[in-house]
Amino acid sequence: MSLVNYLVLSGILFSIGAVAVLLRRNSIIALMGVELMLNAANLMLITFARWHGNLHGEVFAFFVMLVAAAEVVIGLAIVVSIFRTRRSASIDDVNLLKN
Amino acid sequence: MMLPMSLAETGTVSAGEEVFFWVVAPLAVLAALGLLFARKAVYAAMCVVFVMISLAGFYIVQEALFLGVAQIVVYTGAIMMLFLFVLMLVGVDASDSVVETLKGQRWIGALAGAGLIALVAAVAMRASMPAPRGLAEANADTNPVGVARLLFSDYVLVVEVAGVLLVTAAVGAVVLTRAERLRPKPTQKDVADAKMAAFAAEGARIRGLPAPGVYARHNAADVPALGADGRPIDESVPRVLRIRGQQRSIASVSPELAAQLAASTSSHAGDGGARSVTQSGQPGMPGTEPAPGTVTVDGERPTSQSTEDTGTKRAEQEEQQ
Repeated sequence: MSLVNYLVLSGILFSIGAVAVLLRRNSIIALMGVELMLNAANLMLITFARWHGNLHGEVFAFFVMLVAAAEVVIGLAIVVSIFRTRRSASIDDVNLLKN
Repeated sequence: MMLPMSLAETGTVSAGEEVFFWVVAPLAVLAALGLLFARKAVYAAMCVVFVMISLAGFYIVQEALFLGVAQIVVYTGAIMMLFLFVLMLVGVDASDSVVETLKGQRWIGALAGAGLIALVAAVAMRASMPAPRGLAEANADTNPVGVARLLFSDYVLVVEVAGVLLVTAAVGAVVLTRAERLRPKPTQKDVADAKMAAFAAEGARIRGLPAPGVYARHNAADVPALGADGRPIDESVPRVLRIRGQQRSIASVSPELAAQLAASTSSHAGDGGARSVTQSGQPGMPGTEPAPGTVTVDGERPTSQSTEDTGTKRAEQEEQQ
């Protein structure tokens, strides 16, 4: 088995996350899809770090993890504040700019 | 964790890593599919937790020990628990709607996902890349030390910027979730005035409600308190219990008290509420029995009490000696 398997696994997880963002209506599940995509990218970064024999990829994955934490905090705060005003966590109900 | 390194020589991973990959990777993909198909958001969150833990396993197997541990601590420990908290806040039963607002969105999305998988897999498998080198050299002083060296030399400015980002995110979360106060905060005087106005208008209760179980034969919250006149006060039971119909009557707890109450109300039915209240007869209160220590009509103390008193006196004398 070569390291390519990790890259393929990363691609599969990334695609599943992307499809979850596209298809799920619950905004929290959509955010989880974003998290899954970031994790898949991290797996790819770490695999390439091992491939090239230096740790720059791991440092990059570390920063991705950090930005993901900040993103989740803000994203969930937005979800909560939307839920407070509109009593719904569904993406379809956020349509004030429509029409 | 030090793994036997043969990656640099052979270009393939060890047999143990291969077994680990083929056991965990299908499970991770299945759990990721749970994110797509789980109807309840909590199940989806638990599926993502599983994916993240298995990814941490992959990181550790790939000689990224620090990131593997950080993955478990940060992702599964902090981020996913935050997700679960918000799910509980928003309401677990806020289930996903099944209605498609855009026609054919599901099939187009699935097709796009399959296409993306095919594209990434084709690129990964067909690209010509150099021979894998492994991290044995870079991890010579253990993986965390190697990462820290890089982080605090080449990337030290990025670390500072990341700190700014985290502080901004924390402040932003506080600002976004802060509840707006729509009306001025009621002071103690406002509350008292409102209570008096309600009393003047509809005879509402001014004082606080008695706690359930006051003067009652039972101290559970679903049994109403007894007022000073011996009648149950239904308002003393918490409102939630009353709305749910889980309130219990006095009769179900203490039938003899209920019978007593019924007798007293029927005997005083005609006197317009002006009834005489007798002494309560509670233990320790003046009433039916003589209080302990008081001299009875005969001039003698109750026997049990006197022996007890002499006993304590004797003990005190012994202590003084």
